[in-house]
Amino acid sequence: MQQISASLKNAAKPSVWTPFNIVAGIIIAVGLVLTVIRFTGGLGAVTNLDHHTPWGLWIGFDLLCGVALAAGGYMTSAACYIFGLKRFHSAVRPAILTAFLGYALVVLALHYDVGRPWRLPYPIFYSQGTSSLLFEVALCVFLYLTVLFVEFTPAALEWLGLKRARNLVVRLVLVLTIFGVLLSTLHQSSLGALYLIAPSKLHPLWYSSYLALFFFVSSMFAGLSMVIFESTLSHRFLHHKMDEHHIEQSHGVAISFAKAASFIMVGYLFMQMIGLAADNDWHYLTTGWGAWYLVEMIGFVALPAFFFAVGSRERNLRLIRWTALWAVLGIVLNRLNVSLVAFNWQLPADQRYFPSWMEVGITLFIVTLGVVAYRFIATRMPIFYEHPDYKEQQEE
Amino acid sequence: MEQAFFTLQEFMTHTKAVVYLLMAAALIGLPLFWLFLTGRDEKKRTF
Amino acid sequence: MGITRRQLFGWMAAAGAGALAPGVAKAATGKHFSGYPESFGVLHDITHCIGCRKCEAACNEVNDLPAPDKPFDDLKVLQDKRQLNATAYTVVNRYQFESASGPLYVKTQCNHCLEPACASACFVKALRKDETGAVVYDASLCVGCRYCMIACPFQVPAYEYDKAFTPRVMKCTLCYPRIREGKLPGCVAACPKEALTFGKRDELIKEAQRRINRNPEKYVDHIYGQFEMGGTSWLYLSPRSFSSLGMREDLGDKAAPEYTSGALAVVPMAVTAGAVLLTGIYAIARRREQIAEDERQAAVAQTRAQAEEEMKQKLAEQKKAADKERESVVKREVEKALKEAEEQRAADKPAADDDSGKET
Ligand code: SF4
Ligand code: SF4
Repeated sequence: MQQISASLKNAAKPSVWTPFNIVAGIIIAVGLVLTVIRFTGGLGAVTNLDHHTPWGLWIGFDLLCGVALAAGGYMTSAACYIFGLKRFHSAVRPAILTAFLGYALVVLALHYDVGRPWRLPYPIFYSQGTSSLLFEVALCVFLYLTVLFVEFTPAALEWLGLKRARNLVVRLVLVLTIFGVLLSTLHQSSLGALYLIAPSKLHPLWYSSYLALFFFVSSMFAGLSMVIFESTLSHRFLHHKMDEHHIEQSHGVAISFAKAASFIMVGYLFMQMIGLAADNDWHYLTTGWGAWYLVEMIGFVALPAFFFAVGSRERNLRLIRWTALWAVLGIVLNRLNVSLVAFNWQLPADQRYFPSWMEVGITLFIVTLGVVAYRFIATRMPIFYEHPDYKEQQEE
Repeated sequence: MEQAFFTLQEFMTHTKAVVYLLMAAALIGLPLFWLFLTGRDEKKRTF
Repeated sequence: MGITRRQLFGWMAAAGAGALAPGVAKAATGKHFSGYPESFGVLHDITHCIGCRKCEAACNEVNDLPAPDKPFDDLKVLQDKRQLNATAYTVVNRYQFESASGPLYVKTQCNHCLEPACASACFVKALRKDETGAVVYDASLCVGCRYCMIACPFQVPAYEYDKAFTPRVMKCTLCYPRIREGKLPGCVAACPKEALTFGKRDELIKEAQRRINRNPEKYVDHIYGQFEMGGTSWLYLSPRSFSSLGMREDLGDKAAPEYTSGALAVVPMAVTAGAVLLTGIYAIARRREQIAEDERQAAVAQTRAQAEEEMKQKLAEQKKAADKERESVVKREVEKALKEAEEQRAADKPAADDDSGKET
C-alpha cells in the first residue's frame, strides 16, 4: 500500500525536465543573453534595422500581430457582457488572460524596440505629440493594458482569496468592458492608420485610405480565430483544469465564433475590393505584387472563411480548429505584408530588410515568456473553471 | 480664441490636444451620468 | 517669437534677399495654412553644382560630426551613390548620363518641409517646424520610436543604431542656431559656385522662376519642392527630370498631415459615440433579458395560478364527492342505525345514540 501511494505521489509531481520546459528554458536563456547585448550594444548590435527600414520584425510581428491576436479579449467580453450573450461566459476569462498577456508582451517588446525605453511614458505624461497616430497607439496601449489588468484581477484575487477586493472589481466589469471595447477598436484601427502617413513607401495594394478600417475589421476575426485556436491548445494541455461548465460551453463557443469569423471575413473581402476600387488599383493585380496580394486575400482570407462556414454548418470541430490556425496565420501574413514585405517595395532587393537571427531570437523569447506565463496562471488561477466560492454570483 | 496657426501641423497638434481632453471628459462623464440616470431604478445586479 | 527685428535684418542682409517686406502674417483662421510667412529656405541650382563636397565638409564641421573615413576632398567617394546617415546630414551624389555633356551633382539633406511628415509623426513633439523655416529636433524628448523615419517621404532622418544609451535621430537642422545668430547655414556659406542660395522662401521661388524664364532651355520647368508634399523650404532647379536624379516625383502635393487628419478626426468622435452606443446596446440587451425574465416569471405565475385553480376545483369536486359520500354514508348509517335501533329498541336503547354521534 505504501509503495503505491508513494508512486502516486511521484506521478502527481512530474519532473521539471519535460520537453516543453527544456525548449522554453533554452529559448529564455538565449533571450536573456540577447537582452544584455541589446541593452549594452544598442539596436545595431542585434538588429538588421537600417536607414530605410527603421521598423523591423519587432514592430511587424510583436506589435502588430501581438495586438491583432489579442483582439479575442474585447470580442469575447463584448459578446458576453454588452450584447448579453451569456453562453460565452466561460470563454471570457481565457480570452481576457490572453489579451492581457498579449498586451503586456507588446509593451515589453517595445522596450526592446525603441531607442530609449525609459522614456516610454513621455508621450502620455510629459510631451504629448497629439498630431501623431503613434500617440494614439501609445495612449490606447497604456489605457487598455490598465483596463485588461483590472479585468483580469478577479481571477488573481479569487486565487489569493481576497474576497472584498474581488467583489469590488467585479462590479466594475461593465464599465471596463465598454472602455475596453472602445479602446481596442481605436487602437486596432490606429495601428493600421500608422501607415497612412507613408503613402509613398507602402505598396498601393496594401495602402489605402481605409487602412484603419481594414486593420480593425481583420482584428475582429483575428481575435475570434485566436480564441478558437487557443482553446484547442488549452483543451489539449490544460484539460484537467477545466470545469464541466467550460467544456460544455466551449464547443458552442467554437462554432458560434467560427460562424461570426467567417461572416466578418467575407465582409472584409468586399471591403478590400472597395478599397481597390476607390484608388483604382486593379491593374496592380496582374503584377508580381498582385499575385502576392491575391495569395493573402484568397489563400488566407477567402479559403479560411469558406472552411469556417463549412465547419460551423456541419458542426465539425476539427475542421474549425485547423481553420482557426490558418486564419491566425493569415493575419500574421497580413500584418507582416503591411509592415515589412510591401513596405519600401520600391527599394532594390539588396537594400531590403530581413530580420537577423537575433531579432527572431528576441521575438521567440517574448512569445515563450507569454506561453510560460499563460501556463503558470492557467494552472493556478480560476481561468477555465469557476471558483467554487463565487459560482453563485457568476451564474446569472 | 484668436490664436494664429501657420501650419496645419501646429493646428492639428493644438486641436487634437483639446479634443483628446474632451474625449477623456466624455469617458468619465458618461458613466457618471449613467449612474445618475439609473440611480432610482429598482436595484438589479449589474454584474 | 524670440526673433528680434535686428536679427531679421541681419538674416536678410546675409541672404542678400533685399529689403524686409512688412510681415504679411496671413493668420490662418480657416482651414488654410500658408506656412510661416517670413520663413527661410535654400535654393539648390543643380546646374551650378560641381560636386566639390565643400558643403559636406562645412556641414561636418559646424555640426561637430565625427570625421569621415575618407577626407572630404577625396572625390572618389562620388563613384558610389551614398545616402544620408547618422554621421552625415548632407551628401552629394553624382549622376552620370550617356548623352548629356557631363555629370550632374545633387546635394541631399532634410528638405525642411512646410508641413513636415516627421513632426506630424512624432508622438512627443521632439520635431517641430520652426518659424525660421527649419525643422528642428530636440533629442531631450525623443523616445527613439523612429516613426519619423517611417513618415519622412524623402528618407532623411537617420538613427544612431549603435548607441546603447543616447541614440539620437540625426538630420540637417538648416543650421538653425546659426540662422538665429544671423549667419548663413554652413553649407551655403561654403559653396564656391553659388549652387546654394539662402533666403526667404517666397523670394527664392520668384528667383527660381526668373532663372527658368531666363533660360528655358537650361532648366526643366519645375521647381522641386514648391509643392511636393505640401511644399518644402529647400528648393531645387534641375536641367533634367528630377526622377532621373534619384528624386521622387510621385509624392504628390498633399501635405503629410492631410493623410492622417481623417483617421485622427474619427477617433475621439468614435470613442464618444461608441460609448453612447455600447451603453445603449447593453441597456437594450439587459432590458430584453429583463423582459424575458419577467415573461418567464409571469408564465410561471400563470401556470401556478392555473394549477392552483385546477387544484381548487379538484379539491372542491373531491370535497363534494366526499360530502356526498359522507351524506350517503350518514344516511345509510342512520338508516342502518334506525333499523338496528328498531330491531333492538326493546333490548338496548343507548347503543343507537352512540352510533349516530360518531357519524356527525
Ligand atoms: S524632409 Fe523629412 S525629415 Fe526633413 S522636414 Fe521633411 S519630413 Fe522631416
Ligand atoms: S524617433 Fe524621436 S523624433 Fe522620431 S518620431 Fe520617435 S520620438 Fe519623435
